[in-house]
Amino acid sequence: MPVAEYINFMLERMDDIIVLTGQHIQLSFIAIVVAIAIGVPLGILMTRFPSISSFILGLANAVQAIPSLAFLGFLVPIFGIGSTPSIVMVSAYALLPIVKNTYTGLTGIDKAIVEAGLGMGMTEQQLMTMVRIPMALPVIMAGVRIAVVMAVGFTTLAALIGAGGLGQLIYRGISMVNNRMIVAGAVPAMILALAIDKIFSFLEKAVTPRGIR
Amino acid sequence: MIRFENVTKKYGDTEIIKGISLEIKDSEFVVLIGPSGCGKTTCLKMINRLIEPTSGRIYINDKDISEMDVIELRRNIGYVIQQIGLFPHMTVRQNIELVPLLKKWPREKRAERVKELLDLVGMPPEKFMDRYPTELSGGQKQRIGVARALAADPDIILMDEPFSAIDPIARTQLQDELYELQQKLHKTIVFVTHDIDEALKLADRICIMKEGTVVQFDTPEAILRNPADDFVENLIGKKRIWKQPEYVTAGDIMITNPVKALPSRTLAQAVEIMSESGVDSILVVDKENRLLGIVTAEDIRSHRDKAKKLEEIYTSNVFTVKPDVSILNVLRLMSQKNIGYVPVVDENNVLKGLITRSTLVNLLGGN
Repeated sequence: MPVAEYINFMLERMDDIIVLTGQHIQLSFIAIVVAIAIGVPLGILMTRFPSISSFILGLANAVQAIPSLAFLGFLVPIFGIGSTPSIVMVSAYALLPIVKNTYTGLTGIDKAIVEAGLGMGMTEQQLMTMVRIPMALPVIMAGVRIAVVMAVGFTTLAALIGAGGLGQLIYRGISMVNNRMIVAGAVPAMILALAIDKIFSFLEKAVTPRGIR
Repeated sequence: MIRFENVTKKYGDTEIIKGISLEIKDSEFVVLIGPSGCGKTTCLKMINRLIEPTSGRIYINDKDISEMDVIELRRNIGYVIQQIGLFPHMTVRQNIELVPLLKKWPREKRAERVKELLDLVGMPPEKFMDRYPTELSGGQKQRIGVARALAADPDIILMDEPFSAIDPIARTQLQDELYELQQKLHKTIVFVTHDIDEALKLADRICIMKEGTVVQFDTPEAILRNPADDFVENLIGKKRIWKQPEYVTAGDIMITNPVKALPSRTLAQAVEIMSESGVDSILVVDKENRLLGIVTAEDIRSHRDKAKKLEEIYTSNVFTVKPDVSILNVLRLMSQKNIGYVPVVDENNVLKGLITRSTLVNLLGGN
């Protein structure tokens, strides 16, 4: 019974899988935090300087288009091997959905509402913090959710440059032509991605202000 | 007091405000009206500087607003726009207390003000305070919009088509409420609308605009009586007079070709004329069409000799009115004297027309 074999194989390697899953989560988490820390302010900045917005979106799009393996190859000479280049790469890929959604979320607000805010004497800052950001939060969170799922997927590549994570089992399985090994890495990575997607869809609802749910 | 001095606004080469000068007095309710693109909303938004004029100056209480701090200026002017202007992510309370919050009022004072205002617009605070705009009807939202504009007790309130997205029944009620509110609060209100009925109902003065200019700026009465040109006449509509009886004059509704006869006619001829025209009275006029008196079918019946002339029997003490008399006065005269018809004559007693009970009935019937 092949399925039982696969399951047995995974159960035997449970300790390994748990450690690697922990690494995987850590790597994607750091990458996502970096991407949010850069992406959200960048999106806000773009609303202030609309002239740069198309340039930044174009740049983020271009990054997205670089083949990930090649990208990783470029980063190794700069950052060496280990977790740093992996985090940089994953952040770069996760940036686009975050920047894009932040920008569209902030600018997609009904003109009448913006005008009401300004007409009542809000400063640009107050309009941003009291109106634009709270109203854009669901859209921003949707972007973060896409980015997180992407990050979990891309982090499997981290194993190539010795950063660990579930990718390690996959690559080992490929080089040893051991399907059970590949599955032992791929299945937990999938489960992780789905679980995180669920968690973030819940978060997305939680941050949506009651009045616009 | 708000004063516009030669204000213009250009977008590129198109001049959408062409040198407007006008003055809005304290506690005055002024309605800006005109077809879309006439510049009424632009004018409104120039008062709180959401739009800056290309040239000219705007003064509030003799202070040039372009020299004021724009944030401070806006916080001291109430602003109401269509219902969409409420912040959907904020509760009713948060929406109302927004300007006081921006002005850094202490919490207790804000809470008190919210309750006061909800009471003022007739929405029980404990019931509505914590609702979100999506949980309110269109009319309720607009009441909150008005309450929000009043929150920091500004002297001036700008309203940009506030009731246009609301169903007609709720709109009528909101208009009545706003009118009553204004009787209590005496704010200076500048109100933009494209609905002439709304303007006539609410305004102390109406500013009629067309293609970036002011066509007429006057009281509703004066505009109804003396429309400045065809454009204004069209805007207020010919039917307008029927809705406002106090502005309808005898000349507007009189029959202009009443049945009349010279005094030299015989009674027999008069009977023939009356039966031809289906009336029961005949006006007696001289050759210059001056009114001499009246003869009714009743009068004729009481005379056997049908060869008699009208001049022998007509009643000369007839109640008449001038063409510019309000129909309300005509009605009063008719009911006081218990008469069925009133001839309309000019100052030389020349017959201009006739008003009968049936004319008035037709008028009330809307014809």
